[in-house]
Amino acid sequence: MAYKTDTIATISTGLSDSGIGIVRVSGEDAITIVDRIFRSPKEGKSLAKVKGNTIHYGFIYDENKLIDEVMAVVLKAPRSYTTENTVEINCHGGVLMVQKILETVLKTGARMAEPGEFTKRAFLNGRIDLSRAEAVIDVIHSQNEYALRAGTNQLRGNLYEAVSQMRKKLIYEIAFIESAIDDPEHISLDGFYDRIIKIVTELIEEIEKMIQSADSGKLIKEGIRTVILGKPNVGKSSLMNLIVGSEKAIVTNVAGTTRDVLEENIRIHGLGLNIVDTAGIRNTEDVVEKIGVERALSCAESADLIVYVVDSSTELDANDFDIIDFIRDKKVIILLNKSDMKEITDENDLRSAIEGRFKNISSDDVVMIKTSAKDRTGLDEFETAVRNMFFQGKIPMDDEIVITNLRHKEALMDACDSLKLVLKAAREEMPEDFLSIDLMNAYSSLGYIIGEEVGDDLINEIFSKFCMGK
Amino acid sequence: MVYIMPEIREKVNVCVIGAGHAGCEAALACARLGLETVIFTVSVDSIALMPCNPNIGGSSKGHLVREVDALGGEMGKNIDKTFIQSKMLNVSKGPAVHSLRAQADKSDYTRAMRSVLEHQDHLTIKQAEVCDILTENRKVVGIRTFTGAVYECQALIVCTGTYLNARCLCGEAITYTGPNGLQVATHLSDSLRSLGLKLRRFKTGTPARMSGDSIDYSKMEEQFGDDPIVPFSFSTDPTSIQKKQVSCWLTYTNEETHKIIRANLDRSPIYAGIIEGTGPRYCPSIEDKVVKFADKDRHQVFLEPEGIHTSEMYVGGMSSSLPEDVQLAMYRTVPGLEHCKIVRNAYAIEYDCIDPMELYATLETKKISGLFCAGQINGSSGYEEAAAQGIMAGINASQFCKGKEQIILDRSQAYIGVLIDDLVTKENFEPYRMMTSRAEYRLLLRQDNADLRLREIGYQVGLVSEEDYHHTLEKKKMIDDEVVRLKHVVIGASKDHQIFFDRHGSSQLKIGTSLAELMCRPELSYDILAELDPLRKPLPREVIDQVQIEIKYEGYLERQSRQVEQFKKMEKKKIPVNFDYDQVPSLRLEARQKLKKFQPVNIGQASRISGVSPADISVLLVYMETKQK
Repeated sequence: MAYKTDTIATISTGLSDSGIGIVRVSGEDAITIVDRIFRSPKEGKSLAKVKGNTIHYGFIYDENKLIDEVMAVVLKAPRSYTTENTVEINCHGGVLMVQKILETVLKTGARMAEPGEFTKRAFLNGRIDLSRAEAVIDVIHSQNEYALRAGTNQLRGNLYEAVSQMRKKLIYEIAFIESAIDDPEHISLDGFYDRIIKIVTELIEEIEKMIQSADSGKLIKEGIRTVILGKPNVGKSSLMNLIVGSEKAIVTNVAGTTRDVLEENIRIHGLGLNIVDTAGIRNTEDVVEKIGVERALSCAESADLIVYVVDSSTELDANDFDIIDFIRDKKVIILLNKSDMKEITDENDLRSAIEGRFKNISSDDVVMIKTSAKDRTGLDEFETAVRNMFFQGKIPMDDEIVITNLRHKEALMDACDSLKLVLKAAREEMPEDFLSIDLMNAYSSLGYIIGEEVGDDLINEIFSKFCMGK
Repeated sequence: MVYIMPEIREKVNVCVIGAGHAGCEAALACARLGLETVIFTVSVDSIALMPCNPNIGGSSKGHLVREVDALGGEMGKNIDKTFIQSKMLNVSKGPAVHSLRAQADKSDYTRAMRSVLEHQDHLTIKQAEVCDILTENRKVVGIRTFTGAVYECQALIVCTGTYLNARCLCGEAITYTGPNGLQVATHLSDSLRSLGLKLRRFKTGTPARMSGDSIDYSKMEEQFGDDPIVPFSFSTDPTSIQKKQVSCWLTYTNEETHKIIRANLDRSPIYAGIIEGTGPRYCPSIEDKVVKFADKDRHQVFLEPEGIHTSEMYVGGMSSSLPEDVQLAMYRTVPGLEHCKIVRNAYAIEYDCIDPMELYATLETKKISGLFCAGQINGSSGYEEAAAQGIMAGINASQFCKGKEQIILDRSQAYIGVLIDDLVTKENFEPYRMMTSRAEYRLLLRQDNADLRLREIGYQVGLVSEEDYHHTLEKKKMIDDEVVRLKHVVIGASKDHQIFFDRHGSSQLKIGTSLAELMCRPELSYDILAELDPLRKPLPREVIDQVQIEIKYEGYLERQSRQVEQFKKMEKKKIPVNFDYDQVPSLRLEARQKLKKFQPVNIGQASRISGVSPADISVLLVYMETKQK
């Protein structure tokens, strides 16, 4: 529910290159929560005892593990943005560090803030001027819309499916219990404990695996969405392997080997890249390959960065011109691959090709790098180019993505906790109607990940799967 | 000299249309609260008629009866007087889903309720069809009957059940009657429509009744009642109702039955498309069961007596609208029914009801002040659901007449609250039946504590006697005291004690442990612990049961209580009447339309409307805040 008064936390700085990251915690227990994970070099010093509007040097610990050296700003109600007790933890920047601190705060009792919730609280507590009410509403809205979009669109395809499947299993079991309660003379729960213990144990295992992948950022497509594009057999997959550092893509010298989309998450100079290898772009009659080409283009359409790979040992052809047309308004790095071979097409050929096709566009901005997947050269230049483009603000990156990943993780952990309660209750042979409470909680937590509410799901499931009635 | 017959013109406080389960509770509540009340029925002989199943209660419906009773209603008392078998369902499951169900002697039930109505001060029974609702300035001022008599009133409660424009279908045979061949009410629909109320059409069905003498019970399993019998009403002395009970009987359909049904589906009015009304999914006809659950090779059939003054048996589980000849053929395939004789055919019934979106949670219509609706006309189904709405409509019509604040039970207080909230905030596309799974706080809304939850409200309103109220207060005090005592009495780890734990297969104590903690062990109970607890005072069973539930399930109960706190916060945020949603920027279109349509009274209710997202609620909260300043 939207209106809550518990303690919330989020990352309130950008996640990219900034030197400092701030995790903000607000609510009645904000100070006590942070105090539990904060250690001052001064023996016995506690944030709970300090005055408001003060700043304190110390360290954040996750149990006994040191996470970061920080400055904690303590603001006491009502003298803060939200007018609630607030702590702002200033830590070293970089996605990982800030994320880790937020996670520790969440683990210690705060809840992930909803989109726009700080602003909303500030407003509802009378902190923001009335004239800004409309702006506040817009913030809530845009952030929420964004989170919804990020929440579902950014999910890896198989995750959506996996969560849906788990929910399907859960709702069936709940409906089973509820049907038996509503119509005990028609539906029996004999042997249900064994059944539910088995099912819930499997679900817990599955969710725990997902939580682990959340830790490595694999739940969602995190980072700069980068797509490798080029005509067939220019060495895209080899370059992908070089960048990623593994032999994931199948590489042969047969044009059109990569018929679908392969993707990986990597880090370059602390930046997260979600990098996608695609099928070669060419006019083709092969149905399967055609689908691959269409997918490649639709992938590239929504990318933050396109890596266009050209075979420098051959002439540019019609397929290249198609690609050049396509990348016209995009952020692009061009790799002149196969530099180990005789150079037929060089930088100047490409620049004139681009400028020739678009009269008013200068190709000065387009970064071009010579690479050889075979000799493993050009990788450093590529990484530097990505980094520079990012820091110059040429590549956008959405901070919300990291938050979304955390949200999902929180929801998974909630679902897992609920299922563990089910398991405990089932082992103790608690009456079945108690089991359905936590099964329902798990169902609703999982629903949060794929953006689905509970609504009338249960009633519908009962009526469609169980035959009841007079 | 011309002598002009003066027109009949009476003046009362409240008129109630319909004397079914909703109408009876509504009229009794009004009359008991001192208002002059007239109850209209198309047939005085059909007061509190049970035209379908011959029982009261059942899962979650038993809860409703207990709640109606706790508020000072009549249904529980009436079934305690007239039951012929009683059973507590779900006793193997948690206390929250235990539910009482009693088979009624239908004719005794009707007679007993009629007698209560007849002897109630301020209440008049009138056999007449009401045709017109009279209003002035969107306010009820009276009604007119078919014969032209006018009754002026301040409040009107419409409880027409399934009688409005009803038609009954049995295969190709269609009759324009209410249930059981009773006279249909044809004029009131037009009157409601002319007041701007939206009507819709629902359907339900009932199985055949058979001559008991034609049934071979030796082929069926006998189903007995409970011993001892637990009464429905908190005011009934359990010792006064222990009596000899009659049995029900269980048998099954088989492949032969299903074959006949499948072969004749084209003659079913539902499958042939003759029925327009929306039927309930939860009590499907036998043809529905056979079609939708084709993989099931048999379905249960319960034979239930219609009373002790008749041999007629109700064939539970086989309601149908197939033609008479198909019915007979299909029933006769069931073991024990080979030679059955049908007394009354199964039929489906279609009727007009209002869209409950027209109502506030007080059950007053949004469009006409002083006009209340209760029971099946609101799109519910079931005697108990009807009675629950009846008593609330009665209470609120009375409060309305007296100029007092209306009473709404919320979802954390009662199943009645869940029922009415669901009706007025959710879009229901079929007759609504209560189910325990609809109550999100059901651990707190038990049938065993309905008195603790609702007696006080009934007493404040004036429907619960001083004596009953004090009984509840005393009970509550005994429960609280005993819970505190059990938490404080510590049992030491002495040798004698360890022997006790060994004997009961319970692990030995390492340190001193309170009786309350010991009670949480599944293998121990209040009664077993008596041995370790010589100081305990004798307590009534109803108190012990409560103490045991509160202690054993404390963790779960606390969690729900915390959720209730959150819920209450949202319920307290009132949305002003005639709130203009068009003025709120950034509300999504769907949310705006839904909110305008339902006109929720508070933020909690708004958040339950499907299509209204948490972000919409945030926006609404922020906007309302601006308006307040």
